[in-house]
Amino acid sequence: MVIGINIILAVSLNLVSGFTGQLSLGHATFMGIGAYTATLFALKLHVPFLVALIIGAATAAFFGFIIGVPTLRLKGDYLAIATLGFGEIMRNILLNLKITGGPMGLRGIPKITNIYIVAAAVILVIFSLNRIMNSRVGKSFIAIREDELAAEAMGINTTNFKILAFAIGAFYAGIAGGLFAFLFRYINPNNFGFMKSIEILCMVVLGGMGNTSGAVLGATILTILPEFLRSVSPVISQYRMVFYGILLVVMMIVRPQGLLSDTSFDFLKSSVFGKIKVKKIAEKGGQ
Amino acid sequence: MTLLEGKDLTMVFGGLAALDSVDININKGEILSLIGPNGAGKTTLFNLLTGVYSPTRGSICFKQREIKNLKPYDITKMGIARTFQNIRLFGEMSVLDNVIIGQHCRTNTGVFGAIFRGPATRKEEKKVRDRAMDILNFVGLAGEAGEKAKNLPYGKQRRLEMARALATDPDLILLDEPAAGMNPQETNELINLIDKINDMGKTVLLIEHDMKLVMGISQRIMVLDYGKKIADGPPEKVRNDEKVIKAYLGDRAGKEVRAC
Repeated sequence: MVIGINIILAVSLNLVSGFTGQLSLGHATFMGIGAYTATLFALKLHVPFLVALIIGAATAAFFGFIIGVPTLRLKGDYLAIATLGFGEIMRNILLNLKITGGPMGLRGIPKITNIYIVAAAVILVIFSLNRIMNSRVGKSFIAIREDELAAEAMGINTTNFKILAFAIGAFYAGIAGGLFAFLFRYINPNNFGFMKSIEILCMVVLGGMGNTSGAVLGATILTILPEFLRSVSPVISQYRMVFYGILLVVMMIVRPQGLLSDTSFDFLKSSVFGKIKVKKIAEKGGQ
Repeated sequence: MTLLEGKDLTMVFGGLAALDSVDININKGEILSLIGPNGAGKTTLFNLLTGVYSPTRGSICFKQREIKNLKPYDITKMGIARTFQNIRLFGEMSVLDNVIIGQHCRTNTGVFGAIFRGPATRKEEKKVRDRAMDILNFVGLAGEAGEKAKNLPYGKQRRLEMARALATDPDLILLDEPAAGMNPQETNELINLIDKINDMGKTVLLIEHDMKLVMGISQRIMVLDYGKKIADGPPEKVRNDEKVIKAYLGDRAGKEVRAC
C-alpha cells in the first residue's frame, strides 16, 4: 500500500519536474497539505472519507496554484530553492498551529485506506495523467520543458501552463497524502518534510525523468529496497541505508537518464501503434 | 495596405542602442527582407515585433492595434509567427507533435476535456492532426511525421520550424535566417517554399545573409547598420545604394589609407 502511495507521489512529481521541466523540492509539502486537510475535515467535521480525500487534494492544488504564481517565474535552481523555502514555511506552520496539533501531530485517524482503495487511486491517477499527457495540455507541458521561448512563440502562455502543471501535481500529491493519513492513522509535520520531498525526487530520477512508467518503477524499487535489505540479514539490515545510497550513486554514474528513459511500456504502445497511426494518416494525406 | 507599422523603434541594452529609432512598414502580402552586417540589430527587431522584448521607445501597430506591450503568446494569437536563427524545435517530440503544438493558440482543450475526452475533444484532436499532416505535406515532411524532431537532418529541421510557424495560422511570418547552413540545392527548395507561403496570402519578413535568396524573392529590402535604417526600397535600388555598399564592403578611401 505504501508502494501505491509512493507511486502516486512519484508520478505527480514527474508531471512537474519530468514532463514540464520545473524542478520542485517541496513536493512532500503538498502531500502534507492533503493529509492534514483530509484528516481535519474527517475528524472535526465528520466528512466521509472520499469527500475528505477530494477536499484535501483540492486544497493541495489550491496551494500549488498560490505558490506557483510567484515562484514559477523563476527558472531551474532558483525555482528549486524557492519551493524548498515554501516547504519549510509550511512545515513550520503545521508545527505551530493549534488545530494541526503542533509537533504532536494528529492522532486517532480511522484506518480506512486499504489495498483496493490505493489500487483504484493509482489506476485513476495514472489513467487521467496519461490522458492529460496525450492531449493539447500535456504536449504544451513538454513543449515548455523542451524550449520555453519557442513554446511562447507557439502561443503557449508558459506561466499559466507551468502553474497548471504545478496545481495538477499538487492535487495528486494531496490524494497521496490523504491515503497516507488514513493508512498510518497518525501524522506529524516531519512526515512531509524536506527528506520526503527528496525521496520522491530520487524515485523520479531513478526511474527516468519524464516517463510515467519510470516513475512507477522508481517508486516501487525505492519503497521495497530498504525493507528488503532489512529482512536479508542483521548485518545488511544495519547498513541498509548505505546500500540505498550506493544504489543511487551507482545509478547516476551508470545510467544517469534513469532506468526507463526511452524504453517503457508507454513507449512500446506509442511507438508501435503511434507509427502505424501516423503512417495511415500520412498515406491518407498523400493521396 | 499596411499590415504592420513600427515607428521610432529604439531598444537600449545597458548603454548600447541595438536599435536606434527605426521605422518599419510591412505591407500586406509582400516579401520584405531585412539585411545588414552582423550585430546590425536585425534579430533585435524581430524580438521586438514578436514581444520577446518590449521596446525602450516607439510603437508597433499590427492590424491597427498597439502590440508593443503584449506577451509573445498574445502576439502569436493575433497572427504573427516566427522561426529562430538557432533552431529551437521541441527536440524530444515527434515531427507531427511539433506541428500540433503550433496549433495550440487555435485550439482550446483544457484539463477536464483531456481527461474525459468527450466528442468535442476527439473532434478537435482529429482536426488538429489532419491539419498538421496537411502542413507537413506542404513543406514536404509528411514522411518523417513519426520521427523525433532532433533526429532530422539540418535542412529538414529548418523546414519543420517553418511548418510549426505556419501551424499557428499567421498573417505575418518572420523567418530568421532560414537559409543559414544550407547547401545551394536546399536553398533553392527554400526559395520555392517561401514563394509558396507568400502565394497562400501570407506576408513574409525575412532576415537573410544569402544575397541570391534575398535578391531573388524580395519585393522590398530594408537595410540596417549599427541599429539604424540606412536603406529601404526595391532590390535594384538597394543593391546600388552607396550607403549599403559602404556598410557591407567598407569605405574605399579608408581601405586605401590602411593599405599604405
